[in-house]
Amino acid sequence: MINVREKYLGSNDKMSFMDRIYLPAIFKGMFVTLKHMLFSKSVTTQYPEEKRVIAPRYRGRHVLKRDEQGRERCTACYCCAFICPASCIRIVAEEVTPEIQHNHPGEKYAKVFEIDLFRCIYCGFCQEACPKAAIFLEDIYELAVDSRDKFIIGKDVLVDKKGGPRKIRV
Amino acid sequence: MGEEIIIAIIKLLIFFFAMFTAAAYTTLAERKIMSYMQLRKGPNRAGPWGFLQPLADGIKFIFKEEIVPAHTDNKLFILGPLLMIAVSLMPWVAIPFGDKITIFGREVYMQLVDINTGALFMISISSLGVYGIILGGWASNNKFSLMGAVRASAQMISYELPLGLSLAAIFILSGTIGTRDIILKQIESPWQWNIFVQPLGFIIFFTSMLAETNRTPFDLAECDSELLAGYHTEYGGFKFSLFLFGEYINIITASAFMAVLYLGGWSIPFVNLHDLGLSDNLIGIISVFVVLAKTAFFVFVFIWVRWTLPRFRYDQLMDLGWKMLLPLSIVNLMITAAVVLFV
Repeated sequence: MINVREKYLGSNDKMSFMDRIYLPAIFKGMFVTLKHMLFSKSVTTQYPEEKRVIAPRYRGRHVLKRDEQGRERCTACYCCAFICPASCIRIVAEEVTPEIQHNHPGEKYAKVFEIDLFRCIYCGFCQEACPKAAIFLEDIYELAVDSRDKFIIGKDVLVDKKGGPRKIRV
Repeated sequence: MGEEIIIAIIKLLIFFFAMFTAAAYTTLAERKIMSYMQLRKGPNRAGPWGFLQPLADGIKFIFKEEIVPAHTDNKLFILGPLLMIAVSLMPWVAIPFGDKITIFGREVYMQLVDINTGALFMISISSLGVYGIILGGWASNNKFSLMGAVRASAQMISYELPLGLSLAAIFILSGTIGTRDIILKQIESPWQWNIFVQPLGFIIFFTSMLAETNRTPFDLAECDSELLAGYHTEYGGFKFSLFLFGEYINIITASAFMAVLYLGGWSIPFVNLHDLGLSDNLIGIISVFVVLAKTAFFVFVFIWVRWTLPRFRYDQLMDLGWKMLLPLSIVNLMITAAVVLFV
């Protein structure tokens, strides 16, 4: 019978005298921690004051984009809602009337656009599916709020404040 | 007689305040040193360099809800932490933390009581510390707590023997068992310090002290990965803080033991303060700080060992105690006795 412990871990019989009295190894280890304590720099990020640099492809909270003239890009095509594996997007589409045409270039617009952040898994499928480059998962990661229903966010939170050129997905 | 009582009360008050502050700041030191060893920063929000953290911790402990779980043995459940803290403070009666000063023509020893069997008293009281742990673990009515308590008591019994035997070697060498007399025997030069006269004895004593205070690598009584928190699993709030304080005071006590018994108490190597023309009182005050510095050094070593070495397995712990330390300490004792007898 093979002694598994001896085969893979080595047995205590094969340890040399210096190994068996433990002390040299202990002093070596103690020296390592002392060296860390005295000479190594801490790697802590002091969070609220200091923030770590996040990757360009980071997927945080969603943002609904506007175009160069400040109009909403979303045309309520439901592509994001269909592809969403967690079904966390709820859209109510409505036809664009002449009065609000200055804000909505297409024929349809999303009257209600809600995302349930409890269900969202931040997979990024919605930004891949969007034909109008309207929805992106941006670098917002401070999502704490003080009540449960604030986790279902609507257009008042989602829509970007300013417009800009079409963002290219990296 | 009246004066003596007043002096004793003053000494006690100062001592209590100092011990609790020291224990609180040992927790901060532990967290800070651990953090720096792990390349972190540690507590740094409460006050500069986290200096008010122990205060914040204390306030938190006091204002937490006192939870007594159902089916516990109520009296013993409360007695456990009380016993722990009481017993951890008691050895200090015999530990000299300085030489002597003269106030109003009266010599005051920097020691609560100068017992002529001081070292024996310290060791016998410090081994009572396990009763708090056993009571706490037993009364909690929890498997893990009981396991922790049983382990602690087995460990205490195994390591008490090498501890006592390495002490016996010192008793033979210095021919006395009073703590103050042991210091006075090694005060002449650092080569008379017991750490150089008894290096093997010191290693055995230090290892046994680690086991006695339930510190890593011998913290089998509370080892988090197997027993949640061992004997204090069911404790919270103030009762837990008593256990915590008891543990840290035990560490300081053990460090003071070693400073007194092995590092020559208040002797400063190669400096004779009486030759420098200082007044006797100043020397007395300096001696307190020397003992404190040596104690602080050992507290640091305790923390340093904790954040370096992994925990022993239980059978390894028993092997080390019975198969290595006990025979070694007997050999050490016999050699010392032979040298004292024949040389």
